[in-house]
Amino acid sequence: MSTLSRVAASRNHPAYWAFLVHRLSGLGLALFLPLHLLVLGLAVERASLDGFLSWTDRPLVKLAETGLVVLLAVHLTGGLRVLALEFLPWSDAQKTRIAIAFGVALAVGLLFLLLAV
Amino acid sequence: MTAASYDTGAAKAGGRRGRRLELRLFAAQRISAMIMAPLVLIHLVTILVAVRGGLSADEILARTEGSVLWGGFYGLFVVAAAVHAAIGLRGIVREWTPWHGRGLDVAALGFAALVLILGFRAVAAVV
Amino acid sequence: MQSSAAQPSASTELGELTVSVWRGAADGRLESFRVPHRTSQTVLDVVTWIQRHLDPTLTYRFACRVGMCGSCAMMVNGAPRWTCRTHVSRVAKDGHLELRPLRNLPVVKDLAADMTEFFDKWRDAYGRFSPTPTADGDFHRVDPESAERKAASAGIECIGCAVCYAACDVVSWNPDYLGPAALNRAWTLINDVRDADRSGHLAAVADDAGCHACHSQGSCTKHCPNGLNPSMAITGLKKSVLGALLRGDL
Repeated sequence: MSTLSRVAASRNHPAYWAFLVHRLSGLGLALFLPLHLLVLGLAVERASLDGFLSWTDRPLVKLAETGLVVLLAVHLTGGLRVLALEFLPWSDAQKTRIAIAFGVALAVGLLFLLLAV
Repeated sequence: MTAASYDTGAAKAGGRRGRRLELRLFAAQRISAMIMAPLVLIHLVTILVAVRGGLSADEILARTEGSVLWGGFYGLFVVAAAVHAAIGLRGIVREWTPWHGRGLDVAALGFAALVLILGFRAVAAVV
Repeated sequence: MQSSAAQPSASTELGELTVSVWRGAADGRLESFRVPHRTSQTVLDVVTWIQRHLDPTLTYRFACRVGMCGSCAMMVNGAPRWTCRTHVSRVAKDGHLELRPLRNLPVVKDLAADMTEFFDKWRDAYGRFSPTPTADGDFHRVDPESAERKAASAGIECIGCAVCYAACDVVSWNPDYLGPAALNRAWTLINDVRDADRSGHLAAVADDAGCHACHSQGSCTKHCPNGLNPSMAITGLKKSVLGALLRGDL
């Protein structure tokens, strides 16, 4: 039995994916946050911020930005799911909620890609 | 903790206070999340609106400069994000690495301070 | 391979299983056995067949064989299961089974895990009924349709098999975490109107490795052989504990 199938055996179900996506998106956002704020601090001088913003016009950077938007969106929808799970009465529709959280976040990412290019 | 120590009211009232750091961090994590949920929603809509036709410093600053509302919005956002991200990172490090204890708590506080400093610097720059 | 004459003649041979079994303690290894595959054969049947026909030194634990005692749980192809009620045909992959002792617990030997810390955590979670102090009062009137009684009833059929405990990653990452079974037990007591120490139960699960350490990964609920929902119980505890904290009752 491979290590991967042993690891997946007890974890391959929607609530676990939702946990993992929420944790990894949160990790990504937390690491991105200081860089984001650092760049915004450049706005004291318009030219330096514009210099940076023109760099972000590259296709590859736009794709990375789309990734960040998806991270933020999926952490928001996944977070709302967690708050509903922990603060509202129990619902048996957990799988549906997880699917909605993922679907809405993906849609936001696609919308960003559509508007950005 | 043995079962016997739960038998007296005194055991419940004393000796156990101050030990609930994790519970308090859990509460702070959820409260900061509730504060940020509408802020992130507005942030995402702003991103989608602003990204059409490309970003420019003029466009960003025209929206934010001199605006008490946007200043308050981003100020609150920075505080909530500093709390939320620091607690989240601390949790991940505790569970996924062998690093525990006071050193990690101090590092998490340091991360929160970094976000606060960079965040308020950014808010000051755009407002 | 020995003859299978010892087995009841009614069972049909379906070919052969290769079964990898954990041998030894923590520093042990997998050992391979070949076992005849029969209809309606359970994983526990396979383990017993190995012990009776191939290696009498194989150590494992079982008692009732009908899903009541909670003693025969082990890791079957990577997932925790009650082996007496798990049919081989449902879990074997290409005729292969991999059997290991329950995860998140120390190994005693072979397939027997040391359950001490699992049950210690029931104690630490104050999973003990606390009777009302006086005997001269009237009986408690328990409405079976009340929300509290329904919440308690939903969780009381736990057999203490530790399948949820072995499925839970939070237990692996935070060895002090009380775990799904102990917290589920605490939730049944908090909802039991006859229990006299609700605040004591809440205090016990509000400790540093208590209910709020749970990340709602749901592996406990996914694997509970009795169909209980510890994940739901723990969200109930989180809510009750936060309420008590905000009211200043903790």
